[in-house]
Amino acid sequence: SEAVNPSLLVSCQTVVYSAEMFRRATILVPYNGQQQVRSMATLKAIAMRLKSVKNIQKITQSMKMVSAAKYARADRELKPARPYGAGTTAFYEKAEVKGEEEKPNKLIVACTSDRGLCGAIHSNICKHIKAELAQDASKAAIICIGDKSRAQLSRLYAKNIIAQVGEVGRKPSTFEDAARIATLILNLGYDFGSGTLVYNRFRTVVSYDTKELPFYSATAIANAEKISLYDSLDADVIQSYMEYSLASLIFYVLKEGACSEQSSRMTAMDSASKNAGEMIDKLTLTYNRTRQAVITGELIEIISGAAAV
Amino acid sequence: MFSRAASTLVRRVSLVGTRSYSDGPMAFTFASQNQVFYNGADVRQVDVPSFSGSFGILPKHVPSLAVLKPGVLTVLEADGAAKKYFVSSGIVTINEDSSVQILAEEAAGVEELDLGAARDILSKAHSEANAATSEEAKAEALIKVEVAEELVKAAESG
Repeated sequence: SEAVNPSLLVSCQTVVYSAEMFRRATILVPYNGQQQVRSMATLKAIAMRLKSVKNIQKITQSMKMVSAAKYARADRELKPARPYGAGTTAFYEKAEVKGEEEKPNKLIVACTSDRGLCGAIHSNICKHIKAELAQDASKAAIICIGDKSRAQLSRLYAKNIIAQVGEVGRKPSTFEDAARIATLILNLGYDFGSGTLVYNRFRTVVSYDTKELPFYSATAIANAEKISLYDSLDADVIQSYMEYSLASLIFYVLKEGACSEQSSRMTAMDSASKNAGEMIDKLTLTYNRTRQAVITGELIEIISGAAAV
Repeated sequence: MFSRAASTLVRRVSLVGTRSYSDGPMAFTFASQNQVFYNGADVRQVDVPSFSGSFGILPKHVPSLAVLKPGVLTVLEADGAAKKYFVSSGIVTINEDSSVQILAEEAAGVEELDLGAARDILSKAHSEANAATSEEAKAEALIKVEVAEELVKAAESG
């Protein structure tokens, strides 16, 4: 006849319950203005957040290293590409080639790539094109080199995009790629009076400019101001010349764009790593404070429990 | 009247004579897709192989445009040294201010060409031309044959 005394049970429960409340009460003390309820779980949450931010910092640091290596290569390949661009545009300037005025159709080529995390590279080009097409978008056709420009321009100007070039940015581009793009542009058969290539011109590691380069059709070249000065020209030569100079302009533009993109990605990943580092510092401080608060709480618990005895 | 005709003839002859010496600078730019050989350099003469015939460019050449044919391009530098390069294709621009830009798709000094490798390319191109079915493939293969033949010629001479 040893039945458990129900009143004893009830009193045990109240003791346990009050101890729990006591425990919760000690930790409900506001610490630095932050209400920390159930700080054991908060400690784990902070620890998880700290681990994930540290991982992110490692990733951004390695991306920065990779971009730095790719930038070095892109810069090396840009050096011989610059005379290519300069040589072609020199002829257009000296012969004073102008777009055909009777044909208001414009062909805009946006030179971007497929990959992001490179700062404002792609959005600068799209902003430039959007500003140009803001008034009248009816007589313009857009060719997107790279997925990023297509994604950004297809929201407003989906009807104007007539072609898209993919798989750009993974490997450095060659003249063959540029020649294929030029063939694509010419085979599309879009009758344009004047064309522009929108690209980012590389200035320094931390800066680039969004610029335009004009290109012209064979008829525009044949009707140029000073073309009569040029000796022994026939339609075949002008056509071949126009095709090759379009390819070389695209090659130059691709190289400049690649160099700007890699340097921009390098600086973006560098600032991301720095931001992650700052977050890690702040989180570590919070983590240590929380840890000390938990320990203090446990100590108080133990001491008050011992005092009760 | 006779004397006037004679004097103009003499003048024209002397002009032709003086044109073979470089008077005035020629800003010569020659680049391929991955290498710049000359950038605004001052050279004496450049011989280019083009589809409208091989011709030599001297300073103050009449402005012209030309398309490069596969072949050997010779540069006569200011100090008299002659350098030969093999070019596959490209364009030549001669402007009014005597600046010359030659943009080649692929270019290499003839000393760097390997005769054995060039002959391999030629035989492969021949077999491709024989095996080609469509018009476009045949045209591409024939272009390869032409470039390979010129490559072999350049490698033999270099």
